[in-house]
Amino acid sequence: MSDHEYVPSSKFGKWFNDRLPLLTLASHLTDYPTPKNLNYWWTFGGILTFCLITQIVTGLTLAMHYIAHADMAFESVEHIMRDVNYGWLIRYIHANGASMFFLAVYIHIFRSLFYGSYKSPREIIWIIGIIIYLLMMAAAFMGYVLPWGQMSFWGATVITNLFSAIPLVGEGIVTWLWGGYSVDNPTLTRFFTLHYLIPFLILGLVVLHIWALHVPGNNNPIGIDVKKPSKDTVPFHPYIVIKDGFALLMFMIVFAFFVFYSPNILGHADNYIEANPMVTPAHIVPEWYLLPFYAILRSVPDKLLGVVAMLSAILILAALPWLDTSKIRSAVFRPLYKQFYWILVADVLILGYMGAMPAEGLYLLIARVATAYYFLHFLVILPVLGFKEKTIPVPLSITEPILGGSPNLAMAKNKESLDK
Amino acid sequence: MSDKKPERRDFLFTASYAVGAVGVAAVVWPLVDQMNPDASVKALASTEVDVSSVKPGNTITVLWRGKPVFIRRRTQDEISEAKSVKMEDLKHPERDEDRAKDPQWLVMLGVCTHLGCVPLNDKGDYDGWFCPCHGSHYDTSGRIRKGPAPLNMEVPKYEFVNANTIKIG
Amino acid sequence: MKNFIKLFSILVLFFFTITQSNSAEKIDYLKTDWSFKGLFGKFDRGSLQRGYQVYTEVCAACHSMKYLSYRNLGEEGGPEFSEAETKAIAASFEVTDGPNADGEMFERPAKLSDKFVMPYENVKAAQAANGGAYPPDMSVLVKARGGGVDYIYSLLQGYEEVPSGMTLDEGVHYNKYMYGNKIRMSAPLSEDIVEYGDGTKATVEQMSKDVTTFLMWAAEPHLEARHQMGFKAIVYLIILTILVYFSMKKIWSRVESEV
Repeated sequence: MSDHEYVPSSKFGKWFNDRLPLLTLASHLTDYPTPKNLNYWWTFGGILTFCLITQIVTGLTLAMHYIAHADMAFESVEHIMRDVNYGWLIRYIHANGASMFFLAVYIHIFRSLFYGSYKSPREIIWIIGIIIYLLMMAAAFMGYVLPWGQMSFWGATVITNLFSAIPLVGEGIVTWLWGGYSVDNPTLTRFFTLHYLIPFLILGLVVLHIWALHVPGNNNPIGIDVKKPSKDTVPFHPYIVIKDGFALLMFMIVFAFFVFYSPNILGHADNYIEANPMVTPAHIVPEWYLLPFYAILRSVPDKLLGVVAMLSAILILAALPWLDTSKIRSAVFRPLYKQFYWILVADVLILGYMGAMPAEGLYLLIARVATAYYFLHFLVILPVLGFKEKTIPVPLSITEPILGGSPNLAMAKNKESLDK
Repeated sequence: MSDKKPERRDFLFTASYAVGAVGVAAVVWPLVDQMNPDASVKALASTEVDVSSVKPGNTITVLWRGKPVFIRRRTQDEISEAKSVKMEDLKHPERDEDRAKDPQWLVMLGVCTHLGCVPLNDKGDYDGWFCPCHGSHYDTSGRIRKGPAPLNMEVPKYEFVNANTIKIG
Repeated sequence: MKNFIKLFSILVLFFFTITQSNSAEKIDYLKTDWSFKGLFGKFDRGSLQRGYQVYTEVCAACHSMKYLSYRNLGEEGGPEFSEAETKAIAASFEVTDGPNADGEMFERPAKLSDKFVMPYENVKAAQAANGGAYPPDMSVLVKARGGGVDYIYSLLQGYEEVPSGMTLDEGVHYNKYMYGNKIRMSAPLSEDIVEYGDGTKATVEQMSKDVTTFLMWAAEPHLEARHQMGFKAIVYLIILTILVYFSMKKIWSRVESEV
């Protein structure tokens, strides 16, 4: 694994490290050779770690005041907003933090899609990532139920009802999920427990995600394998630490604008109305980050198939390393794939927009086309592209084209301007 | 490399660390302060008690800040007994006048200063209170006379807002 | 970098379109200057106090505000009545307390720590007294409506003649800005229905603005603190970002060439 044994400088350090090699781990993390051509799209892993810690810390402190009971939940949130010292701040950070978490995860995922970070030998990192993403969605969905507003209640009702689509056991599963005959107090209390648990599962998976990453090392914008350590790499500390720090601060400025100046703009006004089982809101919509899947779900007229389509849309990502047959990793050298990538981005944004609209008329038609295209991209376009696409020659190393002596010099310079 | 370069570089890093540390402190404080009593708890920091029905020799117990408070209207005998105790005989010397401004009224937290149990009224060897948990005896001024408790029962801030009402806290 | 800016602007545009579509239908609400909007927005104390008066004298007969406590009226960032005024306001209301030593509930004047007294015991009682319609609690009403303060402000002034061709049931009124145009509440405000303590003329527009300002504070009592902290936080982050940026450049200059 490492070239040299790390020896702690202090006697205590040596004694401790012999028993639990934390200091060796720390030195591995600081020395970890990272490609030096990483661009800012690579900073979102660090940003995501910040988001996870922020959600856990604010969530923990909120949980000291929140009451997970249908009769008191809404009131306890108002108590937090009004009476608890800095309660309003912690609550708004937590609620907007969820949105920032998803913003970061989407950028992180789309980075991987563009640069082929999911390809061999990084398939397991990618799959762990998909699992983390699924857990994030479960945690966010359950967290949104906790304030017990109209959207909390009805969103929970709609989504849990989906399980009734499963043949034979569907109804039983729904009753089991609810702990009753409708979404009610038993549902709320168990959602609170699971919402509290999942972030720690995510934390464990993130450790595995990073561990798996450290085996082959990071991918990089030109997608070539990099020897580590070498002239092509820099030690993680201080180079990547400071770069991640800078990117994180920019991210925090955006975050701060939401928290302090528009804390409710990403939410839904109906969630400030207390849950009422007798009155359904005019439009039931999930939070923005779940909208594309909501659109896919509603595209299919059949209940069961709609659920299958929605789940497949996520699970298909797990198969991506095998669906994409191209030998070239980075879209920088795949001009055709690059076009289809941006079309996919547009497609997902369109799906998101449609998810917020009523599922009828032109909106429904567009959602259906966009859903079909989404699956077409992964199941047809990607496999075919791998064989048919004429790719641009890839440089042999990161520094080598710059130092000259390579026929790829012009290519590399061209790529540089494309990349910025 | 001139001497100036390392100096300026160090200043930049030191400044970054320093400014960063300010931010960390600013973030930590709300997370710590949210555990402090919130506004609704602080609003209940004082309680007003109607004592018009308390006759001499009787004690009422009220809840204040989640703890029991003994309000006793003392008889003349209890008052004289309290005042006649010598300071040398007390583990925690306190004059009765300092504990009960109006000698007729004794207001104190009904919490044993040993380990927090609620002492029993009109019990014990000193005509005051007796704590059954570990055997502390308190006198008619609520002072510890025998047993493991180290201090006299605490007298909270209180005042008579009118002849019939005591405001505690 | 260019790609980043491109993506960032797409995302910002996306977010704003999403948020627009979530709110009410495209209606032009009546516009006015809200002192609390913007980076340095603050509440107008006089407006808040007048707004409280309108709430108490007109709205509170039917609309509860159950998450507010009387002490909030005296706290920083709100109407900031004096302690004496706040105590007097509280004492003018009766609350149920108990059980007493006899096991009975009893009435007593409200204290600062009490929550605002509700006009009805519960939702069903409120509905029964209002022809089946529940007058919503106003604690977070401004945040519970997509149009926010503009919507409430407009609705209070939006009562108009029923347009020809439309018939309304008994007890239903036409309102230009109400979602669906039908509202059970009759026009609550009329000129001089309230006599303002500070002498301001109580026009319907003035009362609408004052009570809406009050409702905004009721929904967001820490708005001013939030704006102030936000300004400091963002200035701080910008300063730190600049320092870290130059630190980053300094560190990376050690690497001969960046690809």
